[in-house]
Amino acid sequence: MTLAVNVTAVDKVFNAGRPNQVDALTDVGLQVTAGEFISLIGPSGCGKSTLLRLIADLLQPTAGTIEVNGKSPRQARLDQDYGMAFQQAGLFEWRSVTKNIELPLELKGWDKAKRHDRALEMLELVKLPDRANAMPWQLSGGQQQRIAIARALAAHPSLLLMDEPFGALDEMTREHMQAELLRICAATQTTVVFVTHSIPEAVYLSDRVVVMSAGPGRITSIIPVGLDRSRDEGTREAKRFYDKITEVREALRGSEVGAGGRDDR
Amino acid sequence: MSAVWRRLKAFLPPLVFGALFLGAWEGFVVWRKIEPFVLVKPSEVWSAGLDNMQRIVDAMEVTGTNALIGLVAGTLLGCLGALLAAGVRWVGELVNPIAVAVNAIPIVVLIAMFTRLYEADSETPRRIMATLAAFFVVFVNVSRGLRQSSPTQLELMRSFAASPRQQFIKVRLPNAMSFLFTGIRVAAPLTVITAVVAEYFGGNRNGLGASISGFLSISKKDVGLAYVAGASVLGLLFFGFAAVLEYVAVPWQRRRDSR
Ligand SMILES: Nc1ncnc2c1ncn2[C@@H]1O[C@H](COP(=O)(O)OP(=O)(O)O)[C@@H](O)[C@H]1O
Ligand SMILES: [Mg+2]
Repeated sequence: MTLAVNVTAVDKVFNAGRPNQVDALTDVGLQVTAGEFISLIGPSGCGKSTLLRLIADLLQPTAGTIEVNGKSPRQARLDQDYGMAFQQAGLFEWRSVTKNIELPLELKGWDKAKRHDRALEMLELVKLPDRANAMPWQLSGGQQQRIAIARALAAHPSLLLMDEPFGALDEMTREHMQAELLRICAATQTTVVFVTHSIPEAVYLSDRVVVMSAGPGRITSIIPVGLDRSRDEGTREAKRFYDKITEVREALRGSEVGAGGRDDR
Repeated sequence: MSAVWRRLKAFLPPLVFGALFLGAWEGFVVWRKIEPFVLVKPSEVWSAGLDNMQRIVDAMEVTGTNALIGLVAGTLLGCLGALLAAGVRWVGELVNPIAVAVNAIPIVVLIAMFTRLYEADSETPRRIMATLAAFFVVFVNVSRGLRQSSPTQLELMRSFAASPRQQFIKVRLPNAMSFLFTGIRVAAPLTVITAVVAEYFGGNRNGLGASISGFLSISKKDVGLAYVAGASVLGLLFFGFAAVLEYVAVPWQRRRDSR
């Protein structure tokens, strides 16, 4: 069985050899199986976004190899194997909601009727069918983010890469969007690599939480969560949820201590 | 409803301030018994304006036509220039520094120069000046729009495997459009000012600027200031039209500004 994402011994150095050199990632390995939901968590600057951009072929690794669906990231990008969403929804202001969702299909050369149908289908999926003709600036932050997710999923990619997509939303909207995301991913069988700052968010969403630390950026531990797949309102109150939050928090703290220890040498 | 009120409220402070200012001016002239050839009262300007209404409106038409021609021509040339500068590297490397340099020359110097190049009764130098004024503002704004798309939007386009050509047509160009309308809003009142000032340097005597300088120099300050008021109204008309155009054409731009 091919892995959705296979990262092996990857280093990423920015500005190599110059005074402002940054070792963003060092010896990173990560295997994501199809259908899995993975979160990357760690302090600011530990290389979460860098790792996601490497997988997306928006950056090239300095060393090591990356495969997406058994192909090079570049090939996967050209095949639109993945969809992407960022903290900023990044909707195109001059395009209606529907036209925004259609954009990746338009670039792929889909005909008009077909891509319009797909856009409406995606609007149903994110539960905003009545905003089809709205313009982005007429939507709330949460609605914009839903449209961004609909757009990321429009070409039915097998992989969804998300960089703190709910980071700018208020807590209530955020929890609601988390539940929606899980529902959507279950319905579409999508693999997800999800960057977040929030421990509860990582635990609630993920099959496995990847804990990273900075200086140099690396993976310090990978924690299986194993919450009930059909998460509901009760999940956030369950004891296992809290136990896992504690475990991730301790792993994060431990990784900082570990980094300190390295510096002492 | 409340949106309308908020908009009206934005106009209230300048209106109140303007009324107070005119009142103080009037009171000051009456109180110190200042002679009309030193400083006229706003009430005298008002009646001079009413007496000369038709002539002022005619002058507004002359100057307004020059400004409008300049605005349209400058906008078209500015867009063309920005597209060329963005699309052809050597044009960009040539034009950008020149634009910055020429922009730093006081426009008055250019006006004086251009006026000498044409017949005394020609409106052309004035129109060229207004065109230049609009050109630089539009050129700088559209260039910025072509260069500065949101990083998130550009990364998304890359993730969609968009070609450079697609990226230009679907992102950079529409982004530049929204900067264009902001440029027009800035350029519109500027072309009026330029067209008025251009008349100070000789040529036909039928526009606002020529009348202002003429009446002020023969000590008919009340009539001269009535023409100044006409110039203000013309500038406001241009600005208002351009602001509405921007609000309708690129509504998100205004929201971005006000945030
Ligand atoms: N394009 C870049 N050029 C130079 N340094 C970069 C670049 N992108 C990221 N970095 C650096 O790499 C490190 C990791 O950044 P990033 O992946 O954004 O961290 P995170 O997303 O975990 O907060 C940071 O120190 C950051 O300053
Ligand atoms: Mg980041």
